[in-house]
Order: sequence, then structure tokens, then C-alpha cells
Amino acid sequence: MQLEVEIARKTFTNAAGEQHDAIAGLSFTLGAGEVGVFVGPSGCGKSTMLKIIAGLDHDYQGRVALPPDARTSMVFQEPRLLPWRSVEENVRLVAPHADEARLSALFKTLELTAHRSHFPGELSLGLARRVALARALAIEPDFLILDEPLASLDVALAARLRDQIATLVDGRPVTTLLATHDIEDAVRLGDRLFLLSPRPAHVVAVMPIVTPRRTRGVAEISEIKAELARLSLANM
Amino acid sequence: MLRLLSFTLFLAIWWGAALLAGAQKLPPPADVLAAMVTEASSGALFFNLGVTLARVTLAFTLAMTLGTAIGYLMGRVRLADRVGDPWLILLLNLPALVVIVLAYIWAGLTEVAAIAAIAINKLPTAVVTVREGARALDASLDEMATVFAIPRWRAFRHVILPQLAPYIAAAARSGLSLVWKIVLVAELLGRPNGVGFEVGVAFQLFDIPRLLAYSLSFVAVVLAIETFLVQPFETRLSRWRPRAA
Repeated sequence: MQLEVEIARKTFTNAAGEQHDAIAGLSFTLGAGEVGVFVGPSGCGKSTMLKIIAGLDHDYQGRVALPPDARTSMVFQEPRLLPWRSVEENVRLVAPHADEARLSALFKTLELTAHRSHFPGELSLGLARRVALARALAIEPDFLILDEPLASLDVALAARLRDQIATLVDGRPVTTLLATHDIEDAVRLGDRLFLLSPRPAHVVAVMPIVTPRRTRGVAEISEIKAELARLSLANM
Repeated sequence: MLRLLSFTLFLAIWWGAALLAGAQKLPPPADVLAAMVTEASSGALFFNLGVTLARVTLAFTLAMTLGTAIGYLMGRVRLADRVGDPWLILLLNLPALVVIVLAYIWAGLTEVAAIAAIAINKLPTAVVTVREGARALDASLDEMATVFAIPRWRAFRHVILPQLAPYIAAAARSGLSLVWKIVLVAELLGRPNGVGFEVGVAFQLFDIPRLLAYSLSFVAVVLAIETFLVQPFETRLSRWRPRAA
């Protein structure tokens, strides 16, 4: 499940009628089963890029190539759950054929078992994020898009959910595209890091991480962070 | 309990007003109840209530179904909105009486003409309310449905319809009272039975107890529909909302 992206140009017109480039000359390829992490400053056009790749925005110059039968799923920046359906119904809505055993396992990994019959309005943001993640994985996607899945969670909670994401992407290889402004997410989850420029967004540096996620030690992680900081300074 | 108290107060005010105005102009509750019993024992009350209720149900269902479909289309598709808007304004401002009279002239004094005329009167308000709902649909949930490739009908049922439900309920609630008022006019003008017809007869005879007996009986029917159908339905629809403390 290889993903090829070439976005030559994406423009927005503001209320005053002026045109602004959000993305210019952004291209990359992501190999099957690879986790690509896009790091860039807030507002650099990450979400715009993800929307184009997810097929939600067709108004751009360029192309996005995915196998036609690829099952895509996405975790949005906000959980986007249906408030009038229970946690379980929200998940089953997108995955009507998922069998009970697999759903139970998924809910268990994400510590949602006790919340299956709750409505989203009764959940904290952290829990709602996990439901959105459960929903995205319930369809056994070939291609997973994560848009800042850990934003505005406290540090401890973000670390726990990050571990859960790592467990899940290792459990069943899926080509994953994760956008974040948090270096921590990048170095702990990514197989390959893409450094994005400020607007208009394009890839300024690519950094592969050879060591598997599970075996990255503290020393190695701080080494990668230092390298990343050096790269981003050099390219600003 | 509070409702009962409020109802008793209403009866007391009625009684007092009847004493002041005289039974000729405003008969006291007991007289109206007696008229109700007379009509009920001959079976005429139930027959006429049933006939009117059937017309209300048919016209209401027709108007709500069509109104919801058109309103949804106009809220979602810009072209439909621009094409349909002048028609909507025309229908909204066409007096009920004109529609009924025209329907009777064109289609004769028939059941079909009556029901069509009533439905046409209710239709535009249903369209306007549901259109507001369709305009307020959450685009971010649409995006979610698109990414996950949820089939169209499933998405409509689980994503769109629950968002429209409060608007449809509002249209239904105002529609029920509107429809039953217009049904009476249609019956008065061109039907040989129903509450409207009986009210017309009572008017010609200045039989105020009978007039009130029929109209209050039907109000009771509408109240029962509201309490046992509309309200439980709304409660069920909004059970996901966090209850206010």
C-alpha cells in the first residue's frame, strides 16, 4: 500500500479576495506499512495537506496516488464522533462487519471497555480521542491518517495514548501518515520524519529512523531530537 | 400536579366569566359538558372527531413528508434553494382560505381537494423549518462520513437525520396545531361531516354549548397526541443530550 503525493499548489482565497498559497511544491512517497510523521509549526498547512490526501478537498494542483481499493481511515484533530450514538455504535457505524472478538480486543487495548454504552457527551477529551482512534482502526484500514491525535491532552495522558497508538500500528502493519507539531510524537512513533516549512508548506528535510519504535532508548531518542532540532534550524 | 392546578384555574375563570356574561353568550362548563354527553351518546361526536382526525393525519403526513424532502433539498443544494425560494414565498403568503376555495373550485367538493388544500397550507412552513436545519448541518461530520466511505443511506440515517430531528419535531409541533385549524375551515366550506361542519351548523343555530363541545373535544384529542406521541418521541430523540443538573 504505497502512497505517492505531489501537491504542486494549493491556494486559498480570503474574504478580501486575495490569494494565499497554503502548499507549494510538496511531494513525498510513503512505503507500505511505513509510519511517516509530518512535523511543522502550527498553521503551516498540515491539516490542508491531510484533507487533500484524504480525498476531502479536490481543489488543488497535483496528484495523490493510492491503490483504488485502499481502505482509508482518519483520526481528525477533533474527535468528530456522533453525539447521538453510543461509543460502540459510533465504532460500528463505520465498521458494520467487525466481529465482536476483535472489537473487544480493540476496546480493551484502548481502555474503553467500560465506556462502550456511554454517549460522547459524557466522555473527557482524552476518552473521546481514544474512541476516534478505535473507530479508525475498527475498519482494519490499509491507510491511516492521524491529524494531531494527541493535541491538547496533558503530558501523561498523551504519553499513554502514544504508547497505545504504537502498539496498534505494530500489531497490524498499516501505512500511516501522522501530522503533529510535537517532536515527542514524531521521534517515538515515526519510521520516517518529514520536516515541513512554514506556509506555503513543502518538505524541507526527510529523516529516517532505523531503530524500531519499541527498542528506542532514552539516549537514542534525545539524539534524534537533537538531530531534528539541528535540521529545523538549518532550514528555517 | 401543577398542570392540574393550572387547568382548575382555567375552569374557575371560565365559570366566573360565564356568570358575568350570562349563559346566553358564554355557557358555563357544565352546559358544555352536557352538550358533549348528548353528542357522545348519539355517537355523532366520535364519528365527527374520527373523520376530522383522519383528515388531519393524512394532510399532516403528506405535508411533513413532502416538506421535509423539499426543505432538505433546498438546504443542501444551492440551485434548488434559488429556484424554490420564490415559490416558497408565494405559498407562505397565500391565505389558507384562497387555497381551499380554489381547490374546491378546481377539484370539486371532494375529499382529495380538501386534503390537498390543507397539505399545501402546511407545506411551506415545514419546508422553511427543515431548510434551516439542513443549512445548519455539521460539515465536519459529513467529512467524517466521506473519509470512512459510509454508504449514502446509512450516513443519512445516522449522521444527517439526527441533526434534522429537532427541526422536524418543531415543524411537526407547530404543524399539528396549524393543520387542525385549517381542516376546520375546509370542513366548514365543503365537507358534509367533521368537527368543522358541526361548528358551522352550531353557528347557524347559535348553539354555543355544542360549538364549544366539539372544539374542546378536539383540543383534548390534540393534547393527547402531544402528550402520548410527540413528547415521548422527543424525549427518546434527545436522550443522548447530557441532562441539565
